[in-house]
Amino acid sequence: MQQIFKFIEKYRYFLLFLLLEIVALFFTINHHSYHKSKFINSANFVTGGMYKRISSINEFFSLKKENSRLVEENIRLKNLLELTPYKIDSIFNESVDTSLYYQKFKFTSAKITNNSFKSRNNFLTINKGTVNGITPEMAVVNSHGIIGITHNVSKHNATVISILNNYSQINVKLKNNDHFGSLTWNGKDYKTVQLLDLPRQAQLKVGDTIITGGKSAIFPEGILVGTIKDFKINNNTFEPIDIVLFNDMSSIKNINIITNLEKQEIKELEARNNE
Amino acid sequence: MNDFIKNIIWLFLLVLLQVLIFNNINLFGYTNPLIYVVFVFYYPLKKEKGAFLFLSFLLGLFIDFFSNSGGIHAAATLFIAYMRLPLLTSILNKTDFDYHLFNIRSISFIKAFSFISIQVLIHHLIVFSLDYFSFSDFGKIISKTITTSGLSIVLILIGIVLFTKKK
Repeated sequence: MQQIFKFIEKYRYFLLFLLLEIVALFFTINHHSYHKSKFINSANFVTGGMYKRISSINEFFSLKKENSRLVEENIRLKNLLELTPYKIDSIFNESVDTSLYYQKFKFTSAKITNNSFKSRNNFLTINKGTVNGITPEMAVVNSHGIIGITHNVSKHNATVISILNNYSQINVKLKNNDHFGSLTWNGKDYKTVQLLDLPRQAQLKVGDTIITGGKSAIFPEGILVGTIKDFKINNNTFEPIDIVLFNDMSSIKNINIITNLEKQEIKELEARNNE
Repeated sequence: MNDFIKNIIWLFLLVLLQVLIFNNINLFGYTNPLIYVVFVFYYPLKKEKGAFLFLSFLLGLFIDFFSNSGGIHAAATLFIAYMRLPLLTSILNKTDFDYHLFNIRSISFIKAFSFISIQVLIHHLIVFSLDYFSFSDFGKIISKTITTSGLSIVLILIGIVLFTKKK
């Protein structure tokens, strides 16, 4: 017993070092095995609150750019409203049949309070949380295209897994023919992401538009992603295809969070399949 | 006790400086210096070693909280904190090593420079290895370590020269 105490006495700093290092590595490994970083994240009260305060100052510097982006989006939406088909004319249609309308996706606005695009695995912090109806696994987009998926949510803040992350696997497809693939990032350049698992019979051209596939319960179909930069075929399969993002991930501010109102229903249905 | 509180205030200042200013520099697109390691160089040697290790761990953990990175910075900072004394004794000769009055400005520039560079390189290597977490990204880890370390070392040296008195 005496010897054990002597041993601890002698190596107490080394043991402390070892203990703390194990704790740190435990956090790191937890963080890398996706969806487990419940403790170390910037959605909590202190860090989220501080980011909120700082971003309210930084906001002024990007006002001009954000304004022109929002005006652009408004004009596009107004033009869409003006595109009325001929048959919906008041002469032929006096009443509106409300049963023809139903809502599947709901949009909520939010602001990014902390942006990150330099690390291997990037997370963003946004200023909305559970009180605003945000839950994990919701789509985050802006008018230029996809940004990420919500991850950890606290009362007033949430973190978002950026598409610039090893662990984001988003289902996407080619716009002109419905071939599906999944989107990842190799960590090299924040302007390009990679498209994997595209079937080899897909016909590609450089410059083709990629949009979200809508196969998952998170993203609606048709959210913009980017265009094909170049592609290679090796052994009759596609090598990872470089996609240039429409979004400049280094300067994003105002975002939309998309709630899928049928998510519960889809999940329950799929769970029944697995039984 | 007074010194201890001073060190804790110093720690929080470094966290804020790192998170609010140096994490947003984005030189050449995405190089951000990690200057908070200066805490490890400036914490007095004569102080209790256990508290020093624990504070270094906390410093890293605070940075992790802000940058959503698990325990990466905590692991790296703790490691260089533990390595500090062995490294110093091997760099300095026994003759010019006064344990109680040690200050980074009291040793020759070459020795201080090599001490800081080795510590920063080890720290950054651990940070980026744990960040990428795969052997296939080895080249990327090394290139990122070297570019970011270069920037960090330059900034830390400038900071030390400007803001501390020569003894």
